[in-house]
Amino acid sequence: MAANENNKNTAIDVKGMIAKNKQGKSLSSITEKLIPVVLFLFAIITVFTTVGIVITLLTETIEFFKRVPIWDFFTGTVLKPMSQNPEFGVLPLLNGTIISSTIAMLVAGPIGLMAAIYLSEYASDRVRKVLKPMLEILAGIPTIVYGFFAFTFVTPLIRSIWPDVAATNILSPGIVMGIMIIPMIASLSEDAMSSVPNAMREGALGLGATKLETTFKVVIPAALSGIIASFVLGISRAIGETMIVTIASGSSKNFTFDITQSMQTMTAYIVEVSGGEAAAGTTIYYSLYAVAMTLFVFTLLMNLLARYVSRRFREEY
Amino acid sequence: MSLLTVKENMVMVNNGNIDIASSIANNNVVFDTKELNLWYGETHALKDINLKIKENEVTAIIGPSGCGKSTYLKTLNRMVELVPTVRTTGEISYKGQSILDKSFKVENLRTRVGMVFQKPNPFPKSIYDNIAYGPRIHGIRNKKILDEIVEKSLRGAYIWDEVKDRLKENAYGLSGGQQQRLCIARTLAIEPDVILMDEPTSALDPKSTLKIEDLVQELKKDYSIIIVTHNMQQAARISDRTAFFLDGEVVEFDVTDTIFTKPNDSRTEDYISGRFG
Repeated sequence: MAANENNKNTAIDVKGMIAKNKQGKSLSSITEKLIPVVLFLFAIITVFTTVGIVITLLTETIEFFKRVPIWDFFTGTVLKPMSQNPEFGVLPLLNGTIISSTIAMLVAGPIGLMAAIYLSEYASDRVRKVLKPMLEILAGIPTIVYGFFAFTFVTPLIRSIWPDVAATNILSPGIVMGIMIIPMIASLSEDAMSSVPNAMREGALGLGATKLETTFKVVIPAALSGIIASFVLGISRAIGETMIVTIASGSSKNFTFDITQSMQTMTAYIVEVSGGEAAAGTTIYYSLYAVAMTLFVFTLLMNLLARYVSRRFREEY
Repeated sequence: MSLLTVKENMVMVNNGNIDIASSIANNNVVFDTKELNLWYGETHALKDINLKIKENEVTAIIGPSGCGKSTYLKTLNRMVELVPTVRTTGEISYKGQSILDKSFKVENLRTRVGMVFQKPNPFPKSIYDNIAYGPRIHGIRNKKILDEIVEKSLRGAYIWDEVKDRLKENAYGLSGGQQQRLCIARTLAIEPDVILMDEPTSALDPKSTLKIEDLVQELKKDYSIIIVTHNMQQAARISDRTAFFLDGEVVEFDVTDTIFTKPNDSRTEDYISGRFG
């Protein structure tokens, strides 16, 4: 005890130092209370932004529908905004968006998932450490580069095999969008599969299951909600993708299912019109907002669907 | 092995006390381990293991943490190979077949040698699908047959009455003890010969532990059971033979009674009397 006291007096006086430092506490307690308020303000910015965007879109869209009947907009198969007698049917754009996204997912879905299975279940640690960052570099390439890649490399390549394909077509940008989305699906699916506990794999292997049976009957079902979420994010990305289709698919507003032809997506339409002759107040100008609103609702629905599906298929572990 | 000797063995076991002479005389060895050495990278985890494990008995493996007992158990169904750096020498023969040979199909081995893990690890599926998983991957798809297998396995693991009305519910809704019995039932569903148990009760409460121990006593009528346990009382209660592992070596392997009452090696005595570990 005596030694202890002695120690306290001669060595550093921790107790005293703490007491001394505590004297300035009134200031720090104000900071403690203020910080959450400030942080809350930052958090609310995102909400305000979203609300602001929706309001802008909505008011301008309503203005558009005063000039063009809503029924004509959603059922019209002809889009001729610059013509003498303009027509504003959105179906060619919706069709272009759906077709290009479908092609993209047909490429990205299987390749991304297979890559994820390899990385998560088969690759050794060393291979994974090299492959995964490389895959993620693919995700960092600017989309304009992909656009040029589609126009100057993939299209000529397709045309050399299949001469019917037009110089601007939806097939090539669809494929390249798929390539762009592969890393997203591969990386997110891989995360979902690696987070399945090893105990699950051991349980299956211990019953005499092969690696393939373990992967397909235990790991993938357990990771399904994450895998589906990655697919839906991929679809959203494809729907919202702009540059690749703008460059490689041209601006023909064809309403067709022929993937060898040029089509325009909703995003590409917005780029074309807003970069050109849309004077404020004209019908063309308002049509931008109507298309943007459609796009917004479309992606919103996708996200809601994703939430529903991933909850529906969730295997809790 | 002849059917007769198996039955004799069962009678013997059922009588409680084991007739040492006759049990040594019968030659029903499931696992014959000769000069087994195992390394994890540079770490020498198992050293010159020689063990003969008999059919229709409960063999307990005890020893302090890190002594290699779990490693040895996982070598018996080659689960240890999931660790990429593992290397083995020596031989283990399962009913006369050399299993460490790479040409031996590991899936066939694991179909005959089931395993129950330390932490209950049911699949995130329904109770029914958990049990049906094994039969399904081995090609049994007939719904009626599967129904029967599921009921029989769940009854075998004494969990049928608790779950019969909720077979379609997720297995994760069960308590820890129920989950572990479900995992035992899942193993029973493919009718293995041997069940390896890696500290199956270490994550369970005393009541569930007792249930598993009773279950083990029942199961040894039809299965050979090898159980790794931290709990020496458990080894004493449920096993016929006990192997004491220390630093990757088998210090002593004998009839459980002998190990716990008059061990040959002083290290065994020190361990079971609680002087270390």
